Amino acid sequence: MAINWQAFWLTLQLATVVSSILLLIGLPIAYWIAFSRWRWKFLVEAVVALPIVLPPTVLGFYVLVALGPRSPVGRWWIALTGHTLAFTFWGLVIGSILYSLPFAVQPFAASFASVDRKLIAASETLGASRLRTFALVIAPLSFPGLITGTVLSFAHTMGEFGVVLMVGGNIPGITRTVSIDIYDRVQVSDYAGANWTALLLLVLCFALLATVYSLQRRQWAAAPVTRAQ
Amino acid sequence: METPLVSAFSPFHAESGALPVLETQIHKRLGTAVHGFDLKVDFQAGPGFTILFGPSGAGKTTVLDCIAGLITPDEGRIILASRVLFDSEKRRNEELAKRRVGYVFQSLALFPHLSVEQNVGYGLAQVGSVERKQRVGCILEEFGIAHLAKRSARQISGGESQRVALARTLVTRPAVLLLDEPLAALDAATKAKIIDDLRSWNREQRIPILYVTHSREEVFALGERVVVLDFGQVVAQGTPHEVMRAPRLETVAQLAGFENVFDAAVEAIHPERGTMICRIATLPSTVPVTLETPLVRAESGDSLRVGIRAGDILLATSAPSGLSARNILVGRLVSLEQRDVIVMARIDCGVEMEVHLTLAARDSLQLVPGRDVWLVIKTHSCHLMRG
Repeated sequence: MAINWQAFWLTLQLATVVSSILLLIGLPIAYWIAFSRWRWKFLVEAVVALPIVLPPTVLGFYVLVALGPRSPVGRWWIALTGHTLAFTFWGLVIGSILYSLPFAVQPFAASFASVDRKLIAASETLGASRLRTFALVIAPLSFPGLITGTVLSFAHTMGEFGVVLMVGGNIPGITRTVSIDIYDRVQVSDYAGANWTALLLLVLCFALLATVYSLQRRQWAAAPVTRAQ
Repeated sequence: METPLVSAFSPFHAESGALPVLETQIHKRLGTAVHGFDLKVDFQAGPGFTILFGPSGAGKTTVLDCIAGLITPDEGRIILASRVLFDSEKRRNEELAKRRVGYVFQSLALFPHLSVEQNVGYGLAQVGSVERKQRVGCILEEFGIAHLAKRSARQISGGESQRVALARTLVTRPAVLLLDEPLAALDAATKAKIIDDLRSWNREQRIPILYVTHSREEVFALGERVVVLDFGQVVAQGTPHEVMRAPRLETVAQLAGFENVFDAAVEAIHPERGTMICRIATLPSTVPVTLETPLVRAESGDSLRVGIRAGDILLATSAPSGLSARNILVGRLVSLEQRDVIVMARIDCGVEMEVHLTLAARDSLQLVPGRDVWLVIKTHSCHLMRG
């Protein structure tokens, strides 16, 4: 029963980095989706949602091409650093950010959109800038959505396979994540090892999701507070 | 900015001795091209209460939203004490946060995740923390809600929430105050107390207060000036007495509660008596029915609609005489129908009228279908609107 802790550690690092970055870039994207009145907004929403339905190998393929010497971006990166982003940890990060984007942005946007518009209007007529209104009213009232989006993108990154395989390959300590490790074990008929690793991943993801849903439940339970005390 | 920056943050209208007047002249197309209407209003509001009165959907809240900057009018201008908030010609549209417009929404919009104190201090971000504390404490005291300071905004009653919402807006010392039916949900006593607080607050501040309501009682209780809106237009303005008591065209919404509504044409106008004669449209074969009605802005031949409440019509079983009422119509009782404690009588007098009677009246008059009756209708029971 040998669990590949190195793969686990790498996966946790990847998921932490990806969900943190998604929290940062997801907020403005979600804000824009929730509040923009641009008529072609639905196109952007569709693009953001694309990774949900796209086979990860397709996404991974395009990321691989974009990072490699065939694309201007890839060439620019190689010229700058001397190596390609593909088959590196940060290449994985980029692929995973795209892959998990909807899992962060959609809960964020949904919770922003459900904030009472009158509260936003009240904040602005009281002299608050958009940024201040976001920080003091929209974000605190969207807290459950922010937690949900962050944890979902974390969990989703933990379990990804196709994109990692395409973009990262299988380099121990650099790009070999847990799901790749499981795949490898099955390839060499190490079912016991695969089983333990898979079980650990399963329990971990379940614990994360259970935490999210219990938080949400407590949020909702706290909402209709009457004058009890 | 056209006005010096300093003035925007100095105590209100200290920059000039002029009265702080709010000028609103806006046009906004609302709804879709097919199902929509034009909001087109032009009015001024000086210091003190100005009531925006009208039925739901008349555009009252939209006017406030335009002044606050939540909605951008298609054209027009909004000027507050010589400060341009909006001017479509000069392409000026002052930023919402810089307008210094105090707006209390119908829903109050207290921040549910903040305490009462934090709510009230929200608009004082530019003020130092010592002064902020002092100003918040002062206004909480003034509005009798100091004991709620630490409570969550979720945990206070309706009346308390109204006070917090008012305090939160007033503490920022706005240059104009917009109140969108803020007291609609309150009982009369609480309402009267809050209005008193508002009045005494405004004795010192003297800023324009636009107060939206569809309650006639509030118009008389508060009003220094009333602007009546209907279908997005200003249909009347003046003192409550002038506007609410003077004969005028009723709005469609108000006529909706009338049991008897007829198409009519103006036959004669008697300005000296303050009345007009209207002929009700009947079948060509029957005798024409005419009514004396209050005088409204209309010309001979104009088509109008007349509304008469079934409860405002008197019924007599012999020809009445010596009455002040100007309209006496003879007719025949068609049917009687009892509904709870009201008797609904249908009378054919050239047109069919519905009249409501008490059970006692029916019994003492010995009314049965087929009987000849006389209907008595006061001039001021005839309510007019454009046909």
